[in-house]
Amino acid sequence: MTDQDILALFTKIIRDLLSDESITLTMQTKREEVPNWDSMNYINFIAAVEIELGVKFGVADIESFEDVGAIVAQTSAMLR
Amino acid sequence: MILLSLAAREAIAGVPIIATVAEVDQAIDRQVDELRHLWRKARETFKATVVQQTFLDATDPVFGSYDRLVPAAPSRLIARLNDRMSQAAASESVLLLDVARASERNGIDAWFDRGRWFQAKMEISQPAAPLYGDLAARVLAAQRGLSKKCLVLDLDNTLWGGVIGDDGLEGIVLGQGSALGEAHLAFQRYALQLKARGVILAVCSKNDSATAEAVFENHPEMVLKRTDIAAFIANWHDKAENLKTIATRLNIGLDSLVFVDDNPVERARVRESLPMVAVPELPEDAARFVPCLADAGYFEAIGFTVEDRQRAAQYAANAEREALLGSSESVDDFLRGLKMSVSFGPIGTLDLVRATQLINKTNQFNPTTRRYTGDELAALAAAPENVTLQFRLLDRFSDNGLVSAMILRPDPGEPEVLEIDTWVMSCRVFGRDLEREAMNVAVEAASHRGVRSFRASYIPTKKNGVISNLYPSLGFARMEQTVPTDGATRWYLNLADYEYRPTHIARTSK
Repeated sequence: MTDQDILALFTKIIRDLLSDESITLTMQTKREEVPNWDSMNYINFIAAVEIELGVKFGVADIESFEDVGAIVAQTSAMLR
Repeated sequence: MILLSLAAREAIAGVPIIATVAEVDQAIDRQVDELRHLWRKARETFKATVVQQTFLDATDPVFGSYDRLVPAAPSRLIARLNDRMSQAAASESVLLLDVARASERNGIDAWFDRGRWFQAKMEISQPAAPLYGDLAARVLAAQRGLSKKCLVLDLDNTLWGGVIGDDGLEGIVLGQGSALGEAHLAFQRYALQLKARGVILAVCSKNDSATAEAVFENHPEMVLKRTDIAAFIANWHDKAENLKTIATRLNIGLDSLVFVDDNPVERARVRESLPMVAVPELPEDAARFVPCLADAGYFEAIGFTVEDRQRAAQYAANAEREALLGSSESVDDFLRGLKMSVSFGPIGTLDLVRATQLINKTNQFNPTTRRYTGDELAALAAAPENVTLQFRLLDRFSDNGLVSAMILRPDPGEPEVLEIDTWVMSCRVFGRDLEREAMNVAVEAASHRGVRSFRASYIPTKKNGVISNLYPSLGFARMEQTVPTDGATRWYLNLADYEYRPTHIARTSK
């Protein structure tokens, strides 16, 4: 799975979660920039990624992600 | 519904590991008292059913195996808290959602995600949410009387290994000495347990009837006996048709049936033509039949009534009654031969559980199909302006228990007119003239209060067609009115004009 594949999957997950087809994530997207992507939906997003890809983020990771690119990078590392 | 979903770690925080048994009990009693207060508050404020979730045990061992001997070890605290809380909940008519038990079944890690707890104080993790929702829905469904009533069993490769028609009595695999035989035996034992708690058992098999019945009579390892089966159908007809016959014979709806069959073709056929019948997707391995059936939660209960305990015996008595009917010259003759008697009175505290169950489960003899929770019914029964009645019917074969209930409420502004708000009767006692005796009793009770007339509605549903003629048959006259959209008809009865209906039912109390 390339980073671009992961990013595309993230876009699909967040569209489902927020019922908003207009969202397209980029590596530089920050959570605050996406309408309604609040802390609750952030947890739901993380859980959806974990279920979808069979990975597990640590508590420290989840607090430290600065942008979508950081989540993609960590996901990619876990998949390797 | 108000569902209290509380985290255990809050509830047991502050009890030191050195606490004595007495100190632990004191702390737990305090917790339970607090819960009691919450339940009462929730009920008062929202007039809703209150459901309390058991506490998940996501604690970690402190001593190891020795934890079990330390009263304040976290796992012991939670076990004790769950015990005490469950007893308190039962005494307050609060329903339980036992996630603790569910998590023991598929593992605490499937329910509790430590990361989610630290991030969001989320105790039930997202992957467990669908199951959690299902468990909660089962409790609510049970309260609404929507749980299944009857387990319909296939025979070959379901109750035993092999095909009786091909393999013969000696050839089928059942009982000790074979793992497969023991697995089928375990499944039979589970079915028998369900029967003991009030689930009706039936058989639906493609076999010659005599061959199939012979296994029940003659195979030494059979746990289920022929008398355990309330409806036994073995023939070569379509199983969907046979299921309809079973439902008719037992006088229950098709949506009360669970059909267990190892054959995927039969399952698909039944699902297609009878979508209201529950058909578990039985695994290939007979060792997993029991958990497949048990985990589906078809027979979820919110109580265990006297009627539940006696149901099996009652269905056996039904068979004897049918035999009596066969040997009687006329229906009148049959009813006389039953030697029936009825006892009745207002719906009292001790009748509430069964009366609520009856009101919520009865679809056929139910002219208005109004549903009430236990709390609502208690309030209706306690209101002095209402007349409530419950009827228990005995006959020479069995005590049928509380089989009919009635709620009459005065019309606002017309205290001398009572409206039959609710009247339900168990299908087990159809055709015994109990509705006539019940009306005789109701008219008497109301006349004593100076009531002049009854009014009643018949609101047709898919299931209550059997009583479409109930009120005219009891002497009620149709009220003229504009045609309502739900097809309901309105009826009235002047009590002064009421002709007491003769029946073969004696009265045993007043």
